[in-house]
Amino acid sequence: MSDTTDTGPVLAADGTPLKRSLARALRMQKLRALMLIAPLLLFVLLTFILPIVDMLFRSVENQIVSETLPKTVVELQEWDASSGEAPGEAVFAALAADMKIAVEAKTHTRLGSRLNYEKTGLSSLFRKSGRKVKRWDLAEDAPFKQKFIDIDEDWGDVDVWRTLQTYSPAFTNGYFLNSIDMQKGVDGPEARPENQQIYITLFGRTLFMSLVITASCILLGYPVAWILANLPSRTANLLMILVLLPFWTSLLVRTSAWKVMLQQQGVINDVLVWLGLVADDSRLVMINNQFGTIVAMTHILLPFMILPMYSVMQTIAPTYLRAAKSLGATNWTAFWRVYFPQSVPGIGAGSILVFILAIGYYITPEIVGGTKGVFISNRIAYHISSSLNWGLAAALGTILLAVVLLLYWAYDKIVGIDNVKLG
Amino acid sequence: MANSASTDAFVEFERVQKSYDGETLVVKDLNLQMPQGEFLTMLGPSGSGKTTCLMMLAGFETATHGDIRLDGVSINNIPPHKRGIGMVFQNYALFPHMTIAENLSFPLEVRKMGKSDREAKIKRALDMVEMGDFGGRRPSQLSGGQQQRVALARALVFEPELVLMDEPLGALDKQLREKMQFEITHLAHSLGITTVYVTHDQTEALTMSDRVAVFDDGRIQQLAPPDQLYEAPVNSFVAQFIGENNTLEGTVKEIKAGRALVQLDDGGLIDCTPVHDSVQAGARTRVSIRPERVEYNKDRLQEGAHTLKAEVLEFIYMGDIFRTRLRVAGNEEFIIKTRNAPDQVRLKPGEQIEIGWLPEDCRALDA
Amino acid sequence: MKFTKLTALALSTAICAPAAFAADMADEMTIVSWGGAYSKSQLKAYHEPYSAKTGVKIINDESSAEAVAKLRAMNEAGNVTWDVVDVVAADAMRLCDEGLAMEIDPDTQLAPAPDGTSAADDFGDLLVSECFIPQIVYSTTFGYRTDLVGDTAPTSVCAVFDLEAYPGKRALEKRPINNMEWALLCDGVPKDEVYNVLETEAGQEQALAKLDTIKDSVVWWSAGADTPQLLADGEVVMGSTYNGRLFSVIEEQKQPVAMLWDAQVFDLDGWIIPAGLSEERKARALDYIMFATDTQRLADQAKFISYGPARKSSAPLVGKHAELGIDMAPHMPTDPENAKNTFLYNYEFWADYRDDIDAKFQAWLAK
Repeated sequence: MSDTTDTGPVLAADGTPLKRSLARALRMQKLRALMLIAPLLLFVLLTFILPIVDMLFRSVENQIVSETLPKTVVELQEWDASSGEAPGEAVFAALAADMKIAVEAKTHTRLGSRLNYEKTGLSSLFRKSGRKVKRWDLAEDAPFKQKFIDIDEDWGDVDVWRTLQTYSPAFTNGYFLNSIDMQKGVDGPEARPENQQIYITLFGRTLFMSLVITASCILLGYPVAWILANLPSRTANLLMILVLLPFWTSLLVRTSAWKVMLQQQGVINDVLVWLGLVADDSRLVMINNQFGTIVAMTHILLPFMILPMYSVMQTIAPTYLRAAKSLGATNWTAFWRVYFPQSVPGIGAGSILVFILAIGYYITPEIVGGTKGVFISNRIAYHISSSLNWGLAAALGTILLAVVLLLYWAYDKIVGIDNVKLG
Repeated sequence: MANSASTDAFVEFERVQKSYDGETLVVKDLNLQMPQGEFLTMLGPSGSGKTTCLMMLAGFETATHGDIRLDGVSINNIPPHKRGIGMVFQNYALFPHMTIAENLSFPLEVRKMGKSDREAKIKRALDMVEMGDFGGRRPSQLSGGQQQRVALARALVFEPELVLMDEPLGALDKQLREKMQFEITHLAHSLGITTVYVTHDQTEALTMSDRVAVFDDGRIQQLAPPDQLYEAPVNSFVAQFIGENNTLEGTVKEIKAGRALVQLDDGGLIDCTPVHDSVQAGARTRVSIRPERVEYNKDRLQEGAHTLKAEVLEFIYMGDIFRTRLRVAGNEEFIIKTRNAPDQVRLKPGEQIEIGWLPEDCRALDA
Repeated sequence: MKFTKLTALALSTAICAPAAFAADMADEMTIVSWGGAYSKSQLKAYHEPYSAKTGVKIINDESSAEAVAKLRAMNEAGNVTWDVVDVVAADAMRLCDEGLAMEIDPDTQLAPAPDGTSAADDFGDLLVSECFIPQIVYSTTFGYRTDLVGDTAPTSVCAVFDLEAYPGKRALEKRPINNMEWALLCDGVPKDEVYNVLETEAGQEQALAKLDTIKDSVVWWSAGADTPQLLADGEVVMGSTYNGRLFSVIEEQKQPVAMLWDAQVFDLDGWIIPAGLSEERKARALDYIMFATDTQRLADQAKFISYGPARKSSAPLVGKHAELGIDMAPHMPTDPENAKNTFLYNYEFWADYRDDIDAKFQAWLAK
């Protein structure tokens, strides 16, 4: 086939254009490859992607108001909150009708809990009103405005109705505003009162402490990884077991052990007092603060730093150091200019791992963190399991996810993600 | 091999021993002197101690016993970075995170050389190995041969007087290796650098070196220029190790006028030159003949020379030469090589011939 | 012929399997509780007699701390695996509001007292939610180290706020509930005014300001086991926790700790039945509840743990501790000697203000 001077497409042996038959051959290959990874793909999709999408959705979803009080929401559109007066009879009639149905379905208290996140008191208002409305007859008992106000004067409160109106759309940015210490005010978003601002502080603290933990893991883990990588494999394997040992104990046990070590009547303080380094009445405070969290979490996350560093260091041939020395470098220069730069991918991988794990930790900070050593994840956990404000938890989680992605992106820009190796 | 220290030796090993485990010696009583400017190759099978010797010279291993001197000064206690010895490693050991120019700049920087000086030297060194255009690349972007040149340039850029090379061509293909062998020798000689070269490839050793030290079992078996090594091996290890070699075993019948008459185990008689001390009348010996020195054309054999009967087993056409495998005195691996000349006979398998050689080409060695 | 037989077999298996499965379910129930000594007391007083009577296998799940969130998740997934859940009254209200717990009619679904008093009257105003079946009255109160408080043991809850008389750390729960009330009480607010004051911004600030005076000396706990451990280790001088936990520190572990019953906050713990159970499981759960919350059973539980039975009719039946053999009545929070000054947790108030005050409390903590 040496004379390919003709301009037409190159043809395969059976006369079809070569490109097309190549594409067909490749498609078959891709399909086969896809079939192989399909179980994993499906698994990840179901157990990881979908929950994340669900979380993103929950952070803006607010259909409960329009679903529980469909007529009221429609009627309330007409109402002008700035009028300073509660809405008219039409709205209350709609409310009575909606409540009647909601009480049957027992959804009114659920709506009350939801709205209570935005305005204190709505939970009991709905619970209380539900009991009364249950006994009303829609046809005979009209008009309802006064009846509602008789149940609780809050029904005449403009603020209550404004809250209802503000949160009647099916989607809201309220949770996100709350996550950054803001709220929906009369004229759009505004800062929360200062005595309720907490999330920005917690985000900042979480990032700062995660960075400190990552840095201490690097400092403590690097020499260990270096020794492991340079020992004969028998000894290295033995030491590796010691590194991995913490993995085999429960997280709670390890964290509680730190409590025993660090508390004021704990082992370290006892030893210091015994040695006479610290007076008995001025024992060091090493737990229930940031220090305690950093120590305990550094210990717990250390293996995640050592393992990638170790596997990267193993691939750095000892001849590089020899070469550097033969070229006239002292031990330190050889290490710093030749060995260290080559181990950076391991540090990078370890740091990303440790940082991302640290940022999401909440059990350890909860146990040893006191008030100043808790993370944003502790609040997320609180809103998931105690306050049941899942929308807010989802918004906080989404922001945390965004922060992690942003940092990942920044890392890629500064260091380059191809500079990360797990071995 | 003189044991006394000679004052004009540039590199000197004196009674050097090395043991890693305290039980066995890897290097046994090594003595070696190298004059300045010499290209010396340490050749030997793996585990023979040659690399250990190189590492002791470089300073990465310490001698268990004995003295290593550089230019008359004992360097046993000088750390590697102060020895000023250039080194080329087996896998080049080019720093992967640095460009070529940075790799070359490194030894100059640690010597606190100014920027302009550095640049001039780097340029000269790269030009020297014909890599002038590659300064900005990373090692991973270069081919094996190019990396080899850069490694060489890096070892030379700080102008050491001694350069050590640890099997530097091992990873290259044959053609490139031959080209580099020539270039390295050429460079070493034109710069007047003393070079210690370690290899297990005997062709490399023969083509490149001024002298070759053949290592085995922790000792230097023979230290000699390539031609001597090839043509006059002093023991059967060297004979076996260097070049292709036919061996026959037998008993020395008598020694007369510098010739040994050896009776082979099947009764055939041959004339040899006794080389090894152990070759005495009545002693067992191993006789070594190079394949290209075996003659089967009766016209070319000396008058009265002993001949042996041989059967042709295989004939291989190799272009420039013919290679014929014979059965001689029970040995089925007896090889002869003949030049592909117009008048040359091509033997056929099954043919019965008689072979012979000059007595000086047949060396009676230790059994 | 063979084919139809096989089909029939397959069909019958397919039909019978779910039925057999459902029958299994009724023989087995999952009861969720708090774990530890509390679950043990329930095992002895309720589960074992119930299993002996009915043959039902009871699986214990110690998830009460996350019960609300887990029930919500199960409900959303449409697969509720729990049959009876032990929760505090506040959580029961929440579950009821969310439609996650079933409403109970005390007159038909709970056992009357032995003297014929209806369950509704026997429990009285402890039936704080339509879904809640009270089980015990417990109190959150203070314990102190007898060896660390000096000569004058504290008699008032305000000792917690008195750093001069009682220096050292104190353990408080990491949430506003109870702490805000105590702070106001010790800041001079009359007991019956506390919730009216706490309703206002100014009142909340007043409470936080009072807490601020001891903030640096507080160790905040989040698990009931924390304070007993902190007291045992001597990490804190005094701390709040559930009275049953303190009982075990004092009477079982014999630590130098004493109770400070002043201003103990009564709270309730009891059962709920999750909404959305199948008829069969619901019937089983109701049967269990009927059995486990009758007068004798509630009194029996007090043999194992120092929590007061929620029925009036059970109080006279409270006897001695099953293992220690000591009289349990003086250790009950409801004992007249202990209940001289008590405080009743206001469920309605906290259901409304929990989110708001918690946000402020956490912001204050983080400052």
